[in-house]
Amino acid sequence: MKQRIILLLAILLIGTTACFAQGRRGLRINEVMVQNDSNFVDDYGQRQAWVELFNSTFAPLEISSVFITNDPQNPTKYPVPLGDVNTNIPRRQHVIFWADGEPTKGTFHMNFTLVPGKENWIGIYDADGKTLIDEVTIPADLAPNTTYARRVDGEGTGPDAWEVRDGRGATKYITPSSNNIIADTNKKVDMFADRDKNGFALTIMAMGIVFSALLLLSVCFYIISKIGERTSRRNKARSHGVNVKELSKEERPDNDSGEVIAAIVMALHDHLNAHDKESTVLTINKVKRAYSPWSSKIYGLRELPHR
Amino acid sequence: MSFGDFLLQNLTEFWHLTGFYNATWQHLVMLVVGLFFIWLAIKKNFEPMLLVPIGFGMLIGNIPFNAEAGLEIGIYEEGSVLNILYNGVSAGWYPPLIFLGIGAMTDFSALIANPKLMLIGAAAQFGIFGAYMVALLLGFAPDQAGAIAIIGGADGPTAIFLSSKLAPNLMGAIAVSAYSYMALVPVIQPPLMRLFTTKHERLIKMKPARAVSQNEKIIFPILGLLLTCFVVPSGIPLLGMLFFGNLLRECGVTTRLAKTASNALTDIVTILLGMTVGASTQASEFLTAETIGIFALGFMAFIIASSSGVIFVKIFNLFLPQSKKINPLIGNAGVSAVPMSARISNNLGLEYDPTNYLLMHAMGPNVAGVIGSAVAAGVLLGFLA
Repeated sequence: MKQRIILLLAILLIGTTACFAQGRRGLRINEVMVQNDSNFVDDYGQRQAWVELFNSTFAPLEISSVFITNDPQNPTKYPVPLGDVNTNIPRRQHVIFWADGEPTKGTFHMNFTLVPGKENWIGIYDADGKTLIDEVTIPADLAPNTTYARRVDGEGTGPDAWEVRDGRGATKYITPSSNNIIADTNKKVDMFADRDKNGFALTIMAMGIVFSALLLLSVCFYIISKIGERTSRRNKARSHGVNVKELSKEERPDNDSGEVIAAIVMALHDHLNAHDKESTVLTINKVKRAYSPWSSKIYGLRELPHR
Repeated sequence: MSFGDFLLQNLTEFWHLTGFYNATWQHLVMLVVGLFFIWLAIKKNFEPMLLVPIGFGMLIGNIPFNAEAGLEIGIYEEGSVLNILYNGVSAGWYPPLIFLGIGAMTDFSALIANPKLMLIGAAAQFGIFGAYMVALLLGFAPDQAGAIAIIGGADGPTAIFLSSKLAPNLMGAIAVSAYSYMALVPVIQPPLMRLFTTKHERLIKMKPARAVSQNEKIIFPILGLLLTCFVVPSGIPLLGMLFFGNLLRECGVTTRLAKTASNALTDIVTILLGMTVGASTQASEFLTAETIGIFALGFMAFIIASSSGVIFVKIFNLFLPQSKKINPLIGNAGVSAVPMSARISNNLGLEYDPTNYLLMHAMGPNVAGVIGSAVAAGVLLGFLA
């Protein structure tokens, strides 16, 4: 019993740790501005370098105790403080951290700054201070008031997933605390509307998938039923003390169906007026009902109020 | 202000709040439709468990009131009681609970005993995609077309689940259409089954299904879940609950849970689901040209689904030995209207041969249809959401 409880607790612990770790791994550095002269203003009315983090998962993500750093040698440089409700990032949402070196201004003001004209490395580490969740190196030639941003929110790795945004053009907009790609329509739906006007392609794909799924299930059960059949025949042969081949000769599978047996039994019953001998012993068992205070009448009846 | 004026002013204000003042012809039409559903359920015994809650829900949802008074009584007014109950439909969590109950009620033995019948359940899903193509032709966007087409799966919970994700604005019409046609399965399917089969085919006698062991019954939901959800993870909410319910039933150690899932829980959710779906057909949202289109498409989807099941069996028979031929009358059961369409196969089979009981054979494709439509919904969700 003790062993079972320990085993259950261990499974629970592993499961919880796995879920926790999986959630934190969804945190991404999404957009960074190193020199902010005319852009987004912080809650003190000042312009500072900023780092946007993105919760790429579809569940809220609590990031307190995660570390943000600009020094690979010091992974625990800025611990995101505990106890701030705003560190719980809703699903697929963003949060801005100011790199102003003034952590006393609040949770979202970090204790380091970014240096214009130099390469800036930024990393986020999990609560253990060892597991690197995400990192990015901002190029040294990033102009003032431009950002280094992921092309698609939270997606991709390496420099190819990133681009410089100067706020001009249809796609190069700077989006602090917002999606890097502003979508006003569902791209998948647009693609199907554009490429598959008559729905033929989707029909072929979808029917193929439905058929494959059920065919797979069907084949698996065909195999399982064959194995089951073989096992039961082997067991039957063993109980009869013969080998499987001999058993097949004796068997009449066509007459073994439940319907035929039921029909024969009914006919015999009618013809012979057969009746099983019964023991005629009457047994009286005590009816046990589980007691629960929730179903007790005592608690459902209220005493009349006293004057 | 005199006392008389005071009374008159307040009574006039009250009059403006009454249903009589706010009634429009659309409300009256919807009330008549609600009454018709109740009549169908009580007098004709067409799916009363569904049509009574839906019909009465229609009455509740179409009592005219002044929507601008801010009384928080309408189903679409946030915070109203009906709106809170409707959350199970709009957020899509009633359908998986119904699927849990279906799983706990359904005996998959017929399917396990004859696994090839699963393919009939797959073939019947042609109804969904046939309707999808026609909906695109009629000018619906792909996501709306997908939501409407799922009516062809003949599965109310799946239709509600998918439409709540792909086209929430059309959900009321889609749900009512799906449940209406499910109730009309005994009227729609038999003529099609007669049309596509010969007398000789209707007399085919199938071998009785073999007995299925307890182990196979336990393996089925586990393997079913793993295989189908690995192929279509977007079907997890429906398929997960369906197979979970079935494991509760078959494992033999959770009888109490299986009983609750198949009785009390299903009844509770059916009441809430039916009533709120009915109430969501508020005339202002429901009576549009689109709704008529959805009903027409739903009807067509049902016809294609039922016919394709029957035709698939006929084609399948070409490849089967004489002793293993399948009676095409069970092809209609590929749609997932459980167990109504299987009962129709049985009744029609008995009509042509009073000794030919097809019920257990038809239950195979019937439950495969449930799995098939959930997989199809998962596919549509994966492609279009």
